[in-house]
Amino acid sequence: MNQAAFPILTLITFFPLLGAVVLLFLNKENKETIRRVTLVVTLLEFIFSLPLFFNFRLDTAAMQFVEKVPWIPEYGVTYHLGIDGISLFLVLLTTLLTFVSVMACWKDIQDKVREFMICLLFLETGMIGVFASLDLFLFYVFWEVMLIPMYLLIGIWGNPKRRIYAAVKFFIYTMVGSVLMLVAILVLYFHNGAATGKYTFDLLQLYNFQVPKDIQVWLFLAFGLAFAIKVPMFPFHTWLPDAHTEAPTVGSVLLAAVLLKMGTYGFLRFSIPLFPQASFQLVPLISILALIGIIYGALVCMVQKDLKRLIAFSSVSHLGFVMLGLFALNMQGIQGGILQMLNHGFSTGALFLLVGMIYERRHTRMIEDFGGLWKQMPIFAAFFIVVTLSSIGLPGLNGFVGEFLILVGTFKSTGIYAVIAATGIILAAAYMLWMYQRVMFGEVTKEENKALKDLSGREILVLSCVTLFIFWIGIYPQTFLSRMEPTVKSYIVQVNTKYQAGLKLQGGEKLQVAQAKQNSESRSQNPE
Amino acid sequence: MNVVIPAVNWSVIGPELILSLMAMLLLLVNVLAKKAAGGVIPYLSLAGVIIALFFCISLWGQSQYAFNRMVVQDNYSLFFKIIFLITAGLSILMSIRFLKREGFEYGEYYVLLLFATVGMMLMASAADLIIIFLGLETFSLAIYVLAGFFRTQPKSNEASLKYFLLGAFSTGFLLYGIALIYGATGTTHLKGIYQFVSKIHFLTDPLLLIGMGLLIVGFGFKVASVPFHMWTPDVYEGAPTSVTAFMSVGAKAAGFAAFLRVFLYSMSSLQADWVWILWVLAVLTMTLGNLVAIAQKNIKRMLAYSSIAHAGYILVAMVAASELSTASILYYLLAYAFMNLGAFGVVILYGRKGEENILINDYSGMASKYPLLAAAMAIFMFSLAGIPPTAGFVGKFYIFSAAIKAGYIGLAIIGVLNSALSVYFYLRVTVMMYMRNPEKEQAPLEMCPALVVALVIAVFGTLQMGIIPSQYLNLARQSILALM
Repeated sequence: MNQAAFPILTLITFFPLLGAVVLLFLNKENKETIRRVTLVVTLLEFIFSLPLFFNFRLDTAAMQFVEKVPWIPEYGVTYHLGIDGISLFLVLLTTLLTFVSVMACWKDIQDKVREFMICLLFLETGMIGVFASLDLFLFYVFWEVMLIPMYLLIGIWGNPKRRIYAAVKFFIYTMVGSVLMLVAILVLYFHNGAATGKYTFDLLQLYNFQVPKDIQVWLFLAFGLAFAIKVPMFPFHTWLPDAHTEAPTVGSVLLAAVLLKMGTYGFLRFSIPLFPQASFQLVPLISILALIGIIYGALVCMVQKDLKRLIAFSSVSHLGFVMLGLFALNMQGIQGGILQMLNHGFSTGALFLLVGMIYERRHTRMIEDFGGLWKQMPIFAAFFIVVTLSSIGLPGLNGFVGEFLILVGTFKSTGIYAVIAATGIILAAAYMLWMYQRVMFGEVTKEENKALKDLSGREILVLSCVTLFIFWIGIYPQTFLSRMEPTVKSYIVQVNTKYQAGLKLQGGEKLQVAQAKQNSESRSQNPE
Repeated sequence: MNVVIPAVNWSVIGPELILSLMAMLLLLVNVLAKKAAGGVIPYLSLAGVIIALFFCISLWGQSQYAFNRMVVQDNYSLFFKIIFLITAGLSILMSIRFLKREGFEYGEYYVLLLFATVGMMLMASAADLIIIFLGLETFSLAIYVLAGFFRTQPKSNEASLKYFLLGAFSTGFLLYGIALIYGATGTTHLKGIYQFVSKIHFLTDPLLLIGMGLLIVGFGFKVASVPFHMWTPDVYEGAPTSVTAFMSVGAKAAGFAAFLRVFLYSMSSLQADWVWILWVLAVLTMTLGNLVAIAQKNIKRMLAYSSIAHAGYILVAMVAASELSTASILYYLLAYAFMNLGAFGVVILYGRKGEENILINDYSGMASKYPLLAAAMAIFMFSLAGIPPTAGFVGKFYIFSAAIKAGYIGLAIIGVLNSALSVYFYLRVTVMMYMRNPEKEQAPLEMCPALVVALVIAVFGTLQMGIIPSQYLNLARQSILALM
């Protein structure tokens, strides 16, 4: 474990909260000042998170920048933060996208600006806390805390007609999954304590605990429900289209780019290493649900009339790929899954930003209201096609690298899944390109579309930040893959070792039971 | 002739004495200076509460008996006394302007409040069933009158009468149960009952069985558990809001103080017999409380059903019946005091003379006009729902971990699902405050300083207990050792 000399993770996690407190003291009429202060805070936040990238050691697979302080010692709760190759990029994704979001919502949010920025900063704290926590209690606290600002963002600044419905649905749906996860956390805590004598919520110590087979499946399902709702996996995805469509642009961006990743991250960080036998046993279940998500999500996308709803369902489809890759449980699958998490963050985040820009101009998201926009807004069209192709998975852009690795990994573990998943790529191309054609190409049929202004400097900056990474990951993914590699390698070794040890233990138990049976039988035969 | 006065250990009932003396002094002041009700009486009563609080803290860690071993003072009783005193203090702060606004500024209110607190404290220090009954009646009678304090309002009269009739009836049950247990065991002393009961291997004595059942009925009424809860919504809605605040926390905590002592100590060896009853009661209470709260339009009724549900969560911990669960109940009641009093405090503050603003729809748009007040209410709602980082979350976490440790995983799952269910109606208040526009034009609020101080204390307590719970958990842990 690498103890951090300077508590950089605490700084990164709580600096946005500090910024939110500063905002409380500003006069709420000074909208420009509020926006500028928030921009500075998020920019500083992003700069603070860069040392994580540059000082990340490639020679070790252990947790880095670790901070561990007892919080509730009687209970075994510690304030334990740390990142490794899996969570490093998710933290960086969060800080970058929050900074981009602040720029993106500059003109969009006009009332209650101060409260909006406070919610945004509060959300950033929660998101980073989830990715950096290595203690189950702390993780749970951040997981739940993060619901409140998102709920407020959707409910207050979303579309007036259905925002409350979407916000409450989002909150309660996610909460139901989370409370069952709470029960599972407690069961795990008590079983570990009873078995080892040490009661702790510390994740790294719980990794060493062999959970008995009979309860392992239940615990996996309980954790899995909470994460499956978050991902979202079919059939727990029904909150997503409403939440995405009714949320303000920036809310959708952060929801898609970061919050959905918490589900997949949760599976990777908690479910698989804590319950390896259950994971191996349930690979078919998860993979089939993922495949259904891919195909169903893609098919539903084809019939959508609302741009945002289309992109929302495409998230279901893309994250199905990620789940498939993660549960291939091999090097390529997991690396592809993590990379695809990042890719989805960038491409879908960019898609929502683009839709937000067009909505600001035309106040409609219906595809039929557009058409022929490429002539009026050539720069917009250029960014849009790049992001569309990235979403489809065109080689040279980021989507291809992730999907390719996932398919290779899945093919290695179970060939048929990869074949079915590949059709999902074809469907993705179908709905995305068709959507682009209807929106951008052709003749300008609607009057209102004739006078649309192209992207402003700010909007170009916003999109460039994201598109840069789309190209970077696509052309030279080694920067990212190299930092993931040691962690993923040791992760697979750890999971497999624990799985084998568990089998032996089980086998040993079975052997003991069989021997006991034999002994009692031989004893009962002897007197005769 | 020599009159021998037995030596009495007065410090055991020190806090009760202080409050009783202060109450009697206030009665005199009230007679002599009529106008003082608005001025010095509330602050004198508050001073009495604070003195008693300091006295309690100074007694911490000691364990002594008094009055022929009928009254005990140990950490358990001190913890509860502190809860009652905090409740009384916050209620007094909340009542000052409220009474003036509604036009019922009488000094007797504070006297009754203090006497009620004395009764509750006595109930927490009881080591004998008779003292439990004594304490119960003392605070119940005071609260019956307090509930009907707004005597020109028909709702208040209805609340008082309902509470009185049903309360008297259930106290009858309790007393009959006590009598039967006396008949079965030969003593009303809790330790004596414990010693008698622990020698029993098979419980066949009908006297003892029925006695236990009647005790559960009596206590169940006081803590508002289903199916003895029917009085709660009407009484909470009709009584003056500051009285509702006081009794929602105080009466419930007092009821549980005695409930725990009798069942988790005296009857602990018969656990197998009564634990399944409490299991059923817990499930019914939580579920009914949460389900019916969803349908409420009046915020006081909603908070009444929510308090029924919270009694259910505490019953879950009683089912677990271990050291951890007792500590969790103590922590939860302290957290509950802060968050519930805070919520009612906001309800009081948001009302105006003539229109009490007690429909949930009246809260629409509060955030745009009174952002800090809305934020405080939001914190209390999130805490009641059990969302981190508030005291309510840590309390529920503690309770459910006690249940899981004792092996009641099904009960814990029902509990957490109920918690998720309750989020709906707690969230509804925040939806109104933040996400809707104000429906009608309203006169500006009068921010009275005492009430604001009470709200600040409640917010501080809720957040501190949630973010740095360690010291409170420790205090709760220390308070159960004497009990076990």
